[in-house]
Amino acid sequence: MNFEWLGRQFDNIVFLLGWHVLLAVTPLILGLLIALPLGWWAHRSRRIYPLLVGVAGLLYTVPSLALFVLLPLVLGTKILDPLNIVAALTVYTVALLVRVVADALDSVPEDTVQAAKAMGYRGYQSLVKVELPVGVPVICAGLRVAAVSNVSLVSVAALLGIPQLGSLFTQGFQLRFYTPIIAGIVLCVVLAMILDGLIILLNRWLTPWTPKVVAS
Amino acid sequence: MNYLFDPAHWSGADGIPTLIGEHLLYSLIALAVAAIIAVPLGIYIGVTGKGVFMIAGLANALRALPSVGLLILLVLLISPAFPSRMGYVLPSLIVLVLLAVPPILTNTYAGVRAVDAAAVDAAKGMGFRTMKILTDVQLPCSLPLVLSGIRSALLQIISTATIAAYISLGGLGRLLIDGKAQNDYSQMVAGAILVALLALFFDQLLAFITRRVVSPGLTRRTIKPVPAAEPVKTPVTV
Repeated sequence: MNFEWLGRQFDNIVFLLGWHVLLAVTPLILGLLIALPLGWWAHRSRRIYPLLVGVAGLLYTVPSLALFVLLPLVLGTKILDPLNIVAALTVYTVALLVRVVADALDSVPEDTVQAAKAMGYRGYQSLVKVELPVGVPVICAGLRVAAVSNVSLVSVAALLGIPQLGSLFTQGFQLRFYTPIIAGIVLCVVLAMILDGLIILLNRWLTPWTPKVVAS
Repeated sequence: MNYLFDPAHWSGADGIPTLIGEHLLYSLIALAVAAIIAVPLGIYIGVTGKGVFMIAGLANALRALPSVGLLILLVLLISPAFPSRMGYVLPSLIVLVLLAVPPILTNTYAGVRAVDAAAVDAAKGMGFRTMKILTDVQLPCSLPLVLSGIRSALLQIISTATIAAYISLGGLGRLLIDGKAQNDYSQMVAGAILVALLALFFDQLLAFITRRVVSPGLTRRTIKPVPAAEPVKTPVTV
């Protein structure tokens, strides 16, 4: 490790880290916002469920580099536009979470739904105030998987020349120089762990009724 | 689209059939090696319960590792030791195996664990020896999850093998990387479409095989619900 090089490159690395966070977190939020109504729809309709889960599974099989390259055809963007990465990762996040949200809502005990109804909650009130909160742990488990894989997937975009932590890998390869590669790997893993930890905290904050020792 | 339908690109040493062949060769070698390591290990951990702590940690840690970084790091470390093309092929294969082991391992483990204890007891009562219980009861019952692990591993491999073109591995990734270098977008699109089709084809093929080889007694869940055999989710992280 050449720490002197790291010191000189500090500003650049922070810049790359910032882009990495942006490219990994934006799709996570967008994906969740899209997956919530879709998952609810799959939960409500037994005919829609296999259809949505099937399409999601097919989307998930498309390799990321291929999706990064094909999306400009659909979106009309330039190949170097970071928007392609955000769109591609949103597609993966939605594909993963649609099933998770549907299964989370399915996992709410029927007694709970009945009790909410008996207490006067109407359809959407019951969904927002009872069913979704009860399903939070399952949704958070899915979010954790999506967050960690997004961080890893963003670095693939370096092969197309879009700046983020993956750029340190291509730079290290061209210079035959280990320092940026190791720094990039460490930062990616730390970033993934931080996002993972934040979602665990979010889960605890949203579900204060669960016992303190939560099996993760 | 022009690139894909130009007959000139469908023959020769760097033609599309050659690239598909290379891609499949690397993928299947990596899958075979990963399965040879992960299936016995998963069975061992599932049956004996030893080393369970490894499973969850391993799968999560490897998912967080960026495969591009891992690939490039290994190439720089290994390639000086090999003068020829092996210097690029070997690190790529190692990374492919490394990424394919966790999904197979975790699913095999989960599969063996999810086998109905009553079925194992019944086999024991019928006088089956340990080995026979394993081969005739536990393995057939865990087959759906083992195959689902192999399915996600293969997707992961096909996807990562594409990226390995960056460190000059052959295969369909060549079209993407060379197309980028030559500013030839139609070549990149051709590569992307072919890789996506390859992944879809093998995903569906494995789904079909799963339906054919899994004992109908296991899939007829309406008769007797099999206890929670949730496949361990290991999405493609590349």
